[in-house]
Amino acid sequence: MSDITPSQTVGPYFAYGLAPHSRCNWQPNSHYDSKETVGADLVTPDATGQKIRIEGRVLDGDGLPINDAMIEIWQADGQGRYAHPRDNRARPNTKFKGFGRSATDKNGAYSFDTVKPGSVPGPGGKPQAPHIVFCIYSRGMLRQVYTRLYFSDEAANAADPILALVPTDRHGTLIAHKEMRGDLAVYTFDIRVQGENETVFFDI
Amino acid sequence: MALIFPKESLSAFPKHLTPAYRSTVKRSPSKPLIIVPHTLSELTGPVYGHDAMQEGDNDLTKQHNGEPLGERIIVHGHIYDEDKRPVPDTLVEIWQANACGRYVHNVDQHPAPLDPNFTGAGRTITDKNGYYRFITVKPGAYPWGNHPNAWRPNHIHFSVFGHSFLSRLVTQMYFPGDPLFPFDPIFNSVTDEKARQRMVSSFDLENTIPDWALCFRFDIVLRGREATPQDADKH
Repeated sequence: MSDITPSQTVGPYFAYGLAPHSRCNWQPNSHYDSKETVGADLVTPDATGQKIRIEGRVLDGDGLPINDAMIEIWQADGQGRYAHPRDNRARPNTKFKGFGRSATDKNGAYSFDTVKPGSVPGPGGKPQAPHIVFCIYSRGMLRQVYTRLYFSDEAANAADPILALVPTDRHGTLIAHKEMRGDLAVYTFDIRVQGENETVFFDI
Repeated sequence: MALIFPKESLSAFPKHLTPAYRSTVKRSPSKPLIIVPHTLSELTGPVYGHDAMQEGDNDLTKQHNGEPLGERIIVHGHIYDEDKRPVPDTLVEIWQANACGRYVHNVDQHPAPLDPNFTGAGRTITDKNGYYRFITVKPGAYPWGNHPNAWRPNHIHFSVFGHSFLSRLVTQMYFPGDPLFPFDPIFNSVTDEKARQRMVSSFDLENTIPDWALCFRFDIVLRGREATPQDADKH
């Protein structure tokens, strides 16, 4: 039996602590002006790869927007490299961190500006399709849930070893749909925490 | 250091659906979670440096022109992995109510005063020994709408990173001997008594500073341990 510290909910008031520069609704007066440690714009000047935007909403079991959720994303860079010592392959983008955080607004909406990740190695050396790991926190969630975003325009999804473990009729919940907004590719990815079309969450 | 993150370590975590905490009813997954292996995507995670901080981020009593009202306290401790090795250079973020039990957040309508000298958010990075330290004021208890006469025990919210995205932890630190413990469904969502006690700080007389501030110690253990030969056999 392990003795790790148990998880507790992030609660409704995390924004001024964890996402003070986000657009969500916290007391604007007399606050401490901290540096933005973690934000929703991951793009660095030296980031290679295609700039993209990710938008979506977080919905509860009644399909109502969750207006006090926090999404964190973790991803590889455009070449499929993670900015972490465990990924010891050559990394061309020294400043791209691959981590972002967005708090939902009153409509349950979140967004990220980032670059599309490259393919990364999977179990047994098989490549994984480009994807982003999502971690969701909110009031009413006593522990975080993990899911993944895959891209609708990736043929590699068909051979992805993780998607292969998900029942086919639920694949759709993990696919973000692309639309072009001028030159910018925008991927829409809604997260349904519970109920019909519930997003696939991973037991990891 | 190639750590592994056994799922069994999560056994004392709260269940997603904990009906006594009403907000879980519509915000917990109803379908079974899908078991997948840990790939490079899960075994890596964000790394922050000391450049992410600014001076004063870990002293919540010095973030405004004056000092906040309330009982000044020191909260410190170590971040460890499951092998009890310190986790150095990892980001620790906290947020809390003021001494009156009021959060600086528009959604908080508790009719207790805001303190113009207190925001209630702080951050720091652990040193090479996994040590962190904050100076703040003791947060007050506050009512919430979960059930009639519901009050949250005094607590400080903690967010910690660790060695990978799997070790990411958001939790709450409580204070020893709080009379509200038996009535709080969030605290009791951890059903194992010993595990619950791991969320309760201990009073630290030795590090209490005479004539200045009480001290509480809160050590945090994150997922992640070194693989053993037995682990390798399972593959």
